[in-house]
Amino acid sequence: MKPTAKQRIWMYEMMLTSRKLDEQVFEAYWEGKKPVFNMGKGPLPGEMHQSFGQEPTAVGVCAHLGADDAVGAGHRPHHVAIARGVNLKRMAAELFGKKTGLSGGRGGHMHLYDKSVSFFCSGIIAEGMGPGAGIALARKMQGKPGIAVSYNGEGAANQGAFHEVMNMASLWKLPFVAVIEDNKYAVSVTKAESTVVPSWKRASGAYACYGEYVAGNDPDLIFEAAGRCIERARKGEGPSILEIETERLHGHFIGDSAGYRSKEEVAAQKDPIPLYRKRLLDEKVISEADMAALEARVKKDVDEAMKFGRESDYPAPNEALERVFA
Amino acid sequence: MAQPVADTGRSLTMARAGREAVIAEMRKNPNIFVIGEDVAKLGGVFGTTVGMADEFGAGRVIDTPISETGFIGIATGAAMAGMRPIVEIAFVDFIGVCFNQIFNFAAKTHYMSGGQFKVPLTMMIGYGGGYNDAAQHSQCLIATLAHVPGIRIATPADSYDAKGLMHTCLRDDNLTIWMVHKRIWGLGWLGTALKTAIATVPEEEYAIPFGQARIWREGKDVTLVGYGITVHHALQAADKLAAEGISAEVLDLRTIVPMDRDAIFKSVSKTGRLVVADEDYLNCGVTAEVLAVITERDPRVLKAPAVRVAFPDVPIPFSRPMEDFCLPDPDKLVAAAKKTLGKS
Repeated sequence: MKPTAKQRIWMYEMMLTSRKLDEQVFEAYWEGKKPVFNMGKGPLPGEMHQSFGQEPTAVGVCAHLGADDAVGAGHRPHHVAIARGVNLKRMAAELFGKKTGLSGGRGGHMHLYDKSVSFFCSGIIAEGMGPGAGIALARKMQGKPGIAVSYNGEGAANQGAFHEVMNMASLWKLPFVAVIEDNKYAVSVTKAESTVVPSWKRASGAYACYGEYVAGNDPDLIFEAAGRCIERARKGEGPSILEIETERLHGHFIGDSAGYRSKEEVAAQKDPIPLYRKRLLDEKVISEADMAALEARVKKDVDEAMKFGRESDYPAPNEALERVFA
Repeated sequence: MAQPVADTGRSLTMARAGREAVIAEMRKNPNIFVIGEDVAKLGGVFGTTVGMADEFGAGRVIDTPISETGFIGIATGAAMAGMRPIVEIAFVDFIGVCFNQIFNFAAKTHYMSGGQFKVPLTMMIGYGGGYNDAAQHSQCLIATLAHVPGIRIATPADSYDAKGLMHTCLRDDNLTIWMVHKRIWGLGWLGTALKTAIATVPEEEYAIPFGQARIWREGKDVTLVGYGITVHHALQAADKLAAEGISAEVLDLRTIVPMDRDAIFKSVSKTGRLVVADEDYLNCGVTAEVLAVITERDPRVLKAPAVRVAFPDVPIPFSRPMEDFCLPDPDKLVAAAKKTLGKS
């Protein structure tokens, strides 16, 4: 199934929202961190893993999801959270560690949770696999509609948890999709250096489930492949492994200059967002005027979210002691 | 203070009592299910789930592959989505491969999500040695689990508490661990259960709150603190001490997290002497936490230095004389109590 014009415009808008947020976060991240870089300083402290280049993997999948579905992301979650519909203001506030953040500042950028859209993260590699499949199991046990999607990197698929969970998810025919974002690097280690199979799609054979590999970091192609996986899950035909070729345009986190990549390799990387913008305009999916309006709207949303995050109050320090237990 | 037990003549092993609570809760709440290795057809390596698959069906009593990391993660996700899973890990020693899911996710999700996601998950775990199963099947690891915030840990010492604490765990909205020492569980393959672990268990449901210690025996000269099997060592030690004219109070922690610090301090304030028994490793263990209660509140209540009787910091040896040398036992508690009284 190909995306409709409306879906394609939505995909572009979500990608752009993620990108604009990341751009502003990148800029703000350096406040207080120059001339001496100290990760703990400035208004946006801590590690920051941004989504530059990986936006298509989020929108192509999340375009198919509704209120009954659940999504788990990893340590690089901004694009997925935004495509899933996580509240942008509260997300930004969480990055700043503010009281108004999704978790009141307890989580931070690697631990974004928004129950209203069944979204969660884990900063530990491949750890969202089990919880994602578990939500799928719960839906099935409760006789409720809805599927679950867990996002992992191609490096995360080398974790034992990934394989244990795929086996059980397929054994029990869970409505579950394991998305693998193949950004080609596990921090600094390439897929070829870490993984004996060229594509994790092959693992679907081991787990007797469905698998796809989508090349090109192309939102339209990702949409189509994700649609096939998700439709199977909804029909009770079991889980899928959906591996998506994507690009990590920046380092692993802000501050990683990615010196382990060659200049030629970096120069050959394509930014998916301008490419998709051009395609939508060329194919007259959207008019120049509507595009301008969309881009103005995104800018306004992101500006407001960042302002909200920046200007919100910090939590009272002793709130640290609350909510360990329900 | 004696435990209020209805005299129904129902003397149950801890295994049966715990199972009774699980079945009662499962009958009431369709969201509770059991997942783990050998829980369906076999009824649990320790008999914890015998007959449940027949009553509740394979959909609610789920045999898994040997994939503890995976199924604990799956249970956690199910809990986040409204189910109330019970996960069995027969031997606590196997928990190594699950630490990531437990420590980094299940225990933290409520907090990290700012209270949005609850994880009402109960783990049912066997621990302890004394039957020559060596270093990888005899550990307690309770302090290891207790060290991480977000986990409540119940360690019943008899069948009355096994049932009441299981009800409490299953009704809690957090990650709870119900742990029983294998040698008091009433397992057919470990000989006859200790008599003191087999209590009269009322048929009706009752919940024993977390953080409420139990005084099994009152005394005035020395407080013997333990939990699980060491409560029974302490009771035997108290008998021996009584024969020598020493009055020992036996305090059962019952739940390690939260710990009833008030009860510990109150008892030691009365007796002035403290012996803490634990089959878990000594270093940074539960025994140290109990001593810290006194040190922090008022060490002047102690008339003599406290004594810890715990497993020395070595892997658990296989050979019988070596393991026995390391394990706490009643005689070691007697010696420790006498030491606090300046007697040998």
